[in-house]
Amino acid sequence: MGEIFDKLSLYLQFPFVRYALIVGVLIALCSSLLGVTLVLKRFSFIGDGLSHVAFGAMAIASVLKMTNDMPLVLLITVICAILLLRTGQNTKIKGDAAVAMISVGALAIGYLLLNLFSTSGNLSGDVCTTLFGSTSILTLSQDEVWLCVVLSIIVVAVFILFYNKIFSVTFDESFARATGTNAGVYNLLIAIVIAVIIVLAMNLVGSLLISALVIFPALSAMRIFKSFKSVTLCSAVLSVFCTLAGMIISILSGTPVGSTIVAADIAAFLIFYIIGMFSGGSKK
Amino acid sequence: MAQLICENLALGYDGREILSDLNFSVDAGDYLCIVGENGSGKTTLMKTILGLQSPISGKLSMSDGLSQNEIGYLPQQTLVQRDFPASVWEIVLSGCQNSCGLRPFYNKAEKQLAKENIKKMELEPLVNRCYRELSGGQQQRVLLARALCATHKMLLLDEPVSGLDPKVTAEMYRLIEELNKKDGITVIMISHDLDAALQYANRILHIGKKVFFGTKEEYLKSEISGVFAKGDE
Repeated sequence: MGEIFDKLSLYLQFPFVRYALIVGVLIALCSSLLGVTLVLKRFSFIGDGLSHVAFGAMAIASVLKMTNDMPLVLLITVICAILLLRTGQNTKIKGDAAVAMISVGALAIGYLLLNLFSTSGNLSGDVCTTLFGSTSILTLSQDEVWLCVVLSIIVVAVFILFYNKIFSVTFDESFARATGTNAGVYNLLIAIVIAVIIVLAMNLVGSLLISALVIFPALSAMRIFKSFKSVTLCSAVLSVFCTLAGMIISILSGTPVGSTIVAADIAAFLIFYIIGMFSGGSKK
Repeated sequence: MAQLICENLALGYDGREILSDLNFSVDAGDYLCIVGENGSGKTTLMKTILGLQSPISGKLSMSDGLSQNEIGYLPQQTLVQRDFPASVWEIVLSGCQNSCGLRPFYNKAEKQLAKENIKKMELEPLVNRCYRELSGGQQQRVLLARALCATHKMLLLDEPVSGLDPKVTAEMYRLIEELNKKDGITVIMISHDLDAALQYANRILHIGKKVFFGTKEEYLKSEISGVFAKGDE
């Protein structure tokens, strides 16, 4: 045990490890907040779709040889998020089909662009890093850390300020609209916040695993807790805990960061599922 | 005095007209039942009254101090709601959203209003329970309490008893009647249940190929009621 602590405190002396932990906690917090809303609105896969869009955007940025790709990626992802949530409401292309279309499309175009124009010698390594996160969380510069901190604070602030509105729009959109809440604006807000979270979370777990970060804490919390507030709080705490645990394990044992975090989330889900089964919480 | 007046209203969606030349008015304290076959445009009419979609032509006006977002709406339940983790309290309180405007949190008066409506709907013992664990009738009462938080004047009920057993149905109708009689709230109810419509409502709007609007007595005398009652059974 003491050996583990020694090793940990040794690692914590490196600033990049500290940055990674800070950013990880913030991203975990943000991503879990809207998870409940997404799961309930049947938009679980929107995170996945958007992350593929973000991958495509990153490919474009690297082809254009931009040094700081964050603004461009953020812009493209936000636009796609708005488009996706819009199509969710009209019936010409159903929401899930639109998500599938945009996500695989962006993935294919992104990889194609990288292949055609890439100057890097280790193409598959680059792609793998973007998809599964691997080490990018450990190579964050101080500026990127600050950007993450600021964006996370904005996300949390927006969520708290609009908490009641988000609740009523999620629970019953037509009632909210009938009583004069501008549901369209709040759907837009939700879309933008999700896009920001996705772009942030790509650093942590890579674009293929983001959905896990968004939906697992929410699903776990829903097994046991019965009010919107307690589910939200529980999923935030759980998400931060699992991310910290996953990151520390991965630092100590050298496993990939993203997949270790997701594994921790899965373990937590199983535990919550079993508790829920015995307490009869979620079953009717 | 009329709270809601429809003049030469034409309704439809995607530019397709399904109902035209609709004229009716609702006075304060009325109990109006809207009946008609499936697909006759009941839901479209309701959405138009609520301002969720705009009429193709004609005029829909509110007066007597009623504004569009002051109509309490009891929608049909959606799939999302069936497994929504929310407590009764949270849902009822969310009915106060329209008086909040841009203010992010609820104030004391709104919480008090939610409490009163929970009491009125006989939900006090369930206040901290989870919505998805309640029975169908209890869920409807929660949604009705929420609608009451949004209005003092007019309730719009979309098939409030669908899927409820006879005992709970009677209970639901009793609560609605009480709101209409005791609190003087105008009720507009969409229903398939013609018997109940004739028992409780004082005005009937029948829409479909033929349109009828008038009092219950006039409706019973008109031939349209016979056609619908037979066709329905």
